[in-house]
Amino acid sequence: MNLIGEKISYKPDEQFHLNDVSFNFKKGNLYTILGRTLSGKTTLLKTIAGLLNPDQGSISFEEKDFIKIPVWERNVAMVYQQFINYPHLNVYENITFPLEQRKLSPEQIKKDVDEALKTVGLVGFENRKIQELSGGQQQRVALARSLAKKAKILLLDEPLVNLDYKLREQLREEFKRIFSEGLSQDTILIYSTTDPQEVMELNGEVIVLDEGKVLQKGPAKEIFENPSNLKVAEISNDPPMNVLKGSKNLKNLNFENISLEIPNHFKNLEDKDYNFGIRASEIKLDENGEEFEIELAEISGSETLLHLKRGNSKIIALIEEVMNFKIHEKVKINFNANKFYAFGEDEKLVSSPYGGTNGKN
Amino acid sequence: MSKLYTFLKYFFITFWTVFVVAPFLWAVSTSFKDFQSVNSKVTYIPWLDFEPTLEGWRVLIKSPAKGGVDIVEPYFNSIFVTCTASLISIVLGTLAAYALSRFTFKAGFVRNNDITFFFISQRIMPPIVLSIPFFIFLSTIGLLDSLLGLVVVYIVLLMPIAVWIMVDFFNRVPKELDETALIDGCNPYQAFYKVVLPNSIPGLIVAGMFCIIFGWIDFFFAFILTFTEVQLLPVKVVALNSSITPWWSLSASALVSVAPLIIVAFIVERYLSKGNLSGALK
Repeated sequence: MNLIGEKISYKPDEQFHLNDVSFNFKKGNLYTILGRTLSGKTTLLKTIAGLLNPDQGSISFEEKDFIKIPVWERNVAMVYQQFINYPHLNVYENITFPLEQRKLSPEQIKKDVDEALKTVGLVGFENRKIQELSGGQQQRVALARSLAKKAKILLLDEPLVNLDYKLREQLREEFKRIFSEGLSQDTILIYSTTDPQEVMELNGEVIVLDEGKVLQKGPAKEIFENPSNLKVAEISNDPPMNVLKGSKNLKNLNFENISLEIPNHFKNLEDKDYNFGIRASEIKLDENGEEFEIELAEISGSETLLHLKRGNSKIIALIEEVMNFKIHEKVKINFNANKFYAFGEDEKLVSSPYGGTNGKN
Repeated sequence: MSKLYTFLKYFFITFWTVFVVAPFLWAVSTSFKDFQSVNSKVTYIPWLDFEPTLEGWRVLIKSPAKGGVDIVEPYFNSIFVTCTASLISIVLGTLAAYALSRFTFKAGFVRNNDITFFFISQRIMPPIVLSIPFFIFLSTIGLLDSLLGLVVVYIVLLMPIAVWIMVDFFNRVPKELDETALIDGCNPYQAFYKVVLPNSIPGLIVAGMFCIIFGWIDFFFAFILTFTEVQLLPVKVVALNSSITPWWSLSASALVSVAPLIIVAFIVERYLSKGNLSGALK
């Protein structure tokens, strides 16, 4: 009864948009697809919806070959990152459109639409024109249309990306509520995003996609704690995880003429060259620390992002207060050695502070 | 600065209005004159400069047997040919434009843009190049000097305009709108007429207006491809000008010829300012 994709490839031009993607989505679950722009997220969702036909591979749903079923008979719902509604219809008609298309009874339609309007908080807006709504409200209409359909597969393609910061935060909170209340156990919810924070908050099963390939699958916590390789570590952190080329010997971790004591979880590590990974938030200003040069300092909300340089290495540090720095100023920082990741020279995870290794995944 | 700007703005608006409207007023005035008032001296204002007469207008509806010119039949011929050809052009052109905008065609080296250009290239060619082929074509299929033949030729002339305008219009309607319709349970035909078409009304109106204008004012093909059986309005109006120029009936017929376009312009303008797609495009 699951939505199963096997070895799906889509290559309309020189490049793969999807490359050997497989998945097994179970009903009643939330799946997030995490990837940078152009990583194939939208392509994957459109393939599931039936708007694109893969060159290779198969998709089956409820034991039926999904690829043979045309889009309009698949009973999926999709919300786009652009706010797509029918401009010639008002809010109410927009939401009834798919229901009328399915020839439901008027009573049923009214009930479903009222319910959906309530869920997205648009009661009282029924007769408004789409053009009169704000971006956030337009996206709510699109979401309401998808919810009212009670589709078995609900696809959300970066639904928050075109909204301003505040609205995004607010709608993200609401999404969590809507997903837990408004959806039946029959629904498969697939949510794509570029934002690691959204993935962590929604806390579903994650698929990390890059250049059309699946890099890692697993629960959000697992992706965060044990990214299987450097790419995943970069994609699943914002700012991306810092990478420092260095080596481990008997006593120390060495990189850029810095020596650190070996943390506990690295004790059993072979002595050789590694790519060490450290999150921006695990770097602190420290009078007794190592000297780095500031390349850029950005203030974002109540935090300061420091772009630092030493030798050939460039790193980003996240300082949890607003501070003013001059460019090319020298600062001293300290690394939280207990939170170091080690990736091999093949970029695969060798050791993580949370105990995972590539072998385990 | 802003005062000067306002002054210049109103000055040019006034100037332009006079420039455009004056010939019309002149024609209106002339249409009520008789031979005497046109040829003896310059006259402007009825009752003051000359005694107005309806002779110029009466001639237009009198049959030739009674010394009139009877533009009623050519008038309806023109309406029929223009409307039929415009309607068919819009229907076919819209379908073609939708296909060109949404699907990718490949035939040898020919791509979508080449096909669109092929349509437009029909208008780039000077009409005279087409006149002989059209003449031979119509005479071969026996449609020379007939309304149907003219409709066929006008479709060839008008459809490129419809395709050109509508391709551009559909390209600006997001593809995701069609996709959403498909996802919401429409098959491709329903998606087209339930979602795409209702949102294309401004484009259809513009395309329709251009088709009607270009169809209505065409003189060249109406002149070449008809003789005695069928006459269109532009040809009939020009034909009024014989050994003596009857300025009064010429003015009157010119005014009735322009009237439909003015009406169309007023109706269309109202719709154009209403329609917009901002809700879908944002």
